[in-house]
Amino acid sequence: MPEMSFGQAVDRAIEDGMVRDETIVLIGEDVPMLRAPLFARFGADRVLAAPISEAAFVGAAAGAAMAGLRPVVELYMVDFVAVALDAVLNHIAKLEAFSGGKWRAPLVIRAPSGAGYGDGGQHGQALWGSLASIPGLTVVVPSTPADAYGLMTTALAHDGPVIFMESKLLSEEWLEFLGRGGRDTVTFAVPADGAHGMVPAPPHAVPFGSAAVRREGSDLTIASVAVGVHRALAAAARLDGEGVDCEVLDLRSLRPLDVETVAASVQKTGRLLAVDEDYREFGLSGELAAVCLEAGLSPRFGRVCVEDTLPYARHLERNALPNADRIVAAVRELVSV
Amino acid sequence: MDLPHLYRQMQRARAYELAVEEMWNHGLISGEMHLGTGEEAVAAGVVTQLEDGDGLALTHRCSPALVVRGVPLVPMLRELLGAEDGLCGGRGGHMHLFSKEHLAATSGIVGASLPTAAGFALANRRLRPGAIAVAFTGAGAMNQGMALETLNLAVAWRLPLLIVCIDNGWAITTTSDSVTGGSLVERARGFGMRAEEVNGRDVRAVHKAAAKSIERARRGKGPSFLLATCPRLDGHFLGDPLIRMAKRPIAEGKAVLGSVLSSVTSRGGGGLSDRAGGMTQMMSVMAKARRGATRDGRGDPITAVHKAMKKHEAERDRIDAEVTAEIEAAVAEALAGVEEDPDA
Repeated sequence: MPEMSFGQAVDRAIEDGMVRDETIVLIGEDVPMLRAPLFARFGADRVLAAPISEAAFVGAAAGAAMAGLRPVVELYMVDFVAVALDAVLNHIAKLEAFSGGKWRAPLVIRAPSGAGYGDGGQHGQALWGSLASIPGLTVVVPSTPADAYGLMTTALAHDGPVIFMESKLLSEEWLEFLGRGGRDTVTFAVPADGAHGMVPAPPHAVPFGSAAVRREGSDLTIASVAVGVHRALAAAARLDGEGVDCEVLDLRSLRPLDVETVAASVQKTGRLLAVDEDYREFGLSGELAAVCLEAGLSPRFGRVCVEDTLPYARHLERNALPNADRIVAAVRELVSV
Repeated sequence: MDLPHLYRQMQRARAYELAVEEMWNHGLISGEMHLGTGEEAVAAGVVTQLEDGDGLALTHRCSPALVVRGVPLVPMLRELLGAEDGLCGGRGGHMHLFSKEHLAATSGIVGASLPTAAGFALANRRLRPGAIAVAFTGAGAMNQGMALETLNLAVAWRLPLLIVCIDNGWAITTTSDSVTGGSLVERARGFGMRAEEVNGRDVRAVHKAAAKSIERARRGKGPSFLLATCPRLDGHFLGDPLIRMAKRPIAEGKAVLGSVLSSVTSRGGGGLSDRAGGMTQMMSVMAKARRGATRDGRGDPITAVHKAMKKHEAERDRIDAEVTAEIEAAVAEALAGVEEDPDA
């Protein structure tokens, strides 16, 4: 399989899935234009343009999933899940538990997420921690085209609801659509290895709950997802020159979380830095500390996260997001003792 | 009705947005930028009738109404530039502009202006009797649950509210009629709300229709819904790929067309009629985008109001010169000390 952009890998996984499984339908605002190749190939019965009615079309997708279809629902941005939160929180996520495990809804919500292109705090949130806190949901956050393809493939075959996070900064199609708009006068800090990459042939699936060790190291564990993984790798390369050897974990899915890999790494290094583009309080970073404590580990712990509502101004946004500078500073502090 | 005043406000809104477009093109404004070009007659016809204390809840396409409302231009421009001395300290950005002293708020969440304006109306009825609230919204937003719920709430509570629904025929890249059931005016009436449609290109017609609704609201006679049709001159946002493709199909559409053709000819998938249907529908959307009204063309409300001002030619020229000077001065002040390419 060729080199692909992150967005192409997601699209291709859905297209391949739709060929394999005729119960997969694609629902979302503007999908006939945004997913023109799929619309042209599968027609209006399987690629459905939705009105701007997130509460209705996410709720309807849940009902359709209960009744035998496998909908892939696109949100323009995960921020807009707020409009459809009742369907997600009170219905999709509850079905399996409420039915005593007898009924599950195979639904994938494709949710572009994250910031870095100056769209303000209502269009750049990550929110994966909030969503992953809800029992009954699976939440995956790939960081490479290969994982995007592989996790979407697993999601399409999964019998329960999956939130699939697509980082806009990794997805050049979204960046072009929402950030660049044909201009060559703006630049974005895009991690090259996340935006483009080889997708292994033959088509593969990546299991849920399986973290990837992106860099082995002995002094400190950095755990992250999506863009944060690439920022952590850049920081680790810099720290290497200072004699600090970082291990970088790409968690890939938040729910289920690969506690075993995290614990094994932290046991080795004794230090954990959580790097998270989501909000700092009550989210992934705190969860990582908690699972280590529960595993009987008490590492030196730090976190580099989004601490407040994301500001619009580019220079403020850059520092509000986890970047290599912030990670390097946090690592130095953790290894200083 | 003071036509020269309305003319001035429309030209101010247009000139402001053309300046914003220039800044966006130069990369000085980040992210999405939704212009309200084509909506000036609606903004001027309605917003010039607001008074101190009246509330205004707006969408991501908020510039014309804010300019007409008299929100200072330099802080607005500085906000778009992400400056510390911007209207919101550089924290909000163009979809999230707030002016507490004007009781004016915007949101990037489609449909959100309706419940916010209903709340402004509720507070005004209690705290500032006679004051009202206006929500601007797009036709696409009228399919949001929160918008429909607000129609009911406003009637049930008899709120001093005017909902101005701008119908430019599009919901982002989708034609509105393909995802909307029935007529929006009938829909509002179905909730028991007074509703009418007006030609949103004609500032005098908008002014007249809004005057009636606003006067009723001030007298405690309840809410109204005004559907104003107008063109979308610059796509959903600047750089809209649909507009770029429709206007320059070869240069802009090559990659998209390539992947569409490769998918449509792949084995597996829909039958011939599904594929043909999909392609036909896409072509018709592109054709509609290509046919759309253009700036300074016949469908542009600025062209219409310019013509309507023919009898006041000297005044028209004076206003044009004053507006140009005002906007140029605001832009110069806003750009003082700003370097190109803030990301470099």
